[in-house]
Amino acid sequence: MIGLQHYLTVAAMLFVLSLAGIIINRKNLILLLMCIELMLLAVNTNFIAFSRYLGDETGQVFVFFILTVAAAEAAIGLAILVVLFRNRRSIAVQELNTLKG
Amino acid sequence: MMLHSILFYVFAAIMFGAALGVVLSRNPVHSVMLLVFTFFNAAILWLLAEAEFLAIVLVLVYVGAVMVLFLFVVMMLDVNIEAAKRGLTRYAPLGIGLALFMAIELINVIWLRTGVSSDGSGFAPTPEGYSNTKALGSVLYTEHVYAFEIAAVILLLAIIAAITLTMRRRPGLKVQNIGKQVAVRAKDRVRVVKMDAEKKQ
Repeated sequence: MIGLQHYLTVAAMLFVLSLAGIIINRKNLILLLMCIELMLLAVNTNFIAFSRYLGDETGQVFVFFILTVAAAEAAIGLAILVVLFRNRRSIAVQELNTLKG
Repeated sequence: MMLHSILFYVFAAIMFGAALGVVLSRNPVHSVMLLVFTFFNAAILWLLAEAEFLAIVLVLVYVGAVMVLFLFVVMMLDVNIEAAKRGLTRYAPLGIGLALFMAIELINVIWLRTGVSSDGSGFAPTPEGYSNTKALGSVLYTEHVYAFEIAAVILLLAIIAAITLTMRRRPGLKVQNIGKQVAVRAKDRVRVVKMDAEKKQ
């Protein structure tokens, strides 16, 4: 029977996978944003599992707001990405060294 | 209940495979497609946890809007894939090692150190006539109404920020000046010039 711990395990595996993805794909800004989305998905799964376990809808309200903020973050992040690409013709992270001095 | 467990394991495995594809795929378009697939499977897992409203919201809002935005940007940017490949696996051992370490720690905490009984009884059944959407709405619009309004302001902020960031005025672009066009009179347009006939040189 599927319980809290199964959901937490799935979410933990998704989270560490996206963490590894951030470290492996650290040259590509789009993939970094996608890995952050995956992390948020894992955290949301945790919230839903605990909400179901405790029988309290507040966890699902949290997920609702996390989804809102993540959508805003994705929109602004992609807008910044588009502007960056327009100015530099590249989105490689290692070339973003203007502030290095 | 057996079917429930089988569905959970199947969709969790598919989700994990799709997420692995997101991380390891070299083509960003494939990554976005697999991310969409991951979100679909996550929505199914949320359905199995009886969070129906959020599962549908995940599919409609996330897959329907945010992931399409991602796909749009990925296809618009025309990123050089070959350049992105270069020097990519240098930090792979560190990433995989850190991920394995964290996974072992988290699973240790979840399965061995938690006070939750792991007797396999699963979630407690929901009461008769329980509606997830109704329950969510009844707390969202009463207890969390201020957070709800702040979420609206955050979305407005995202709209304004995205538009102001990406809007650009191109110099030298040929556009109509509507005001001038409307204000023009016939006598301003045609000018009769009296002059002598010109001779051929």
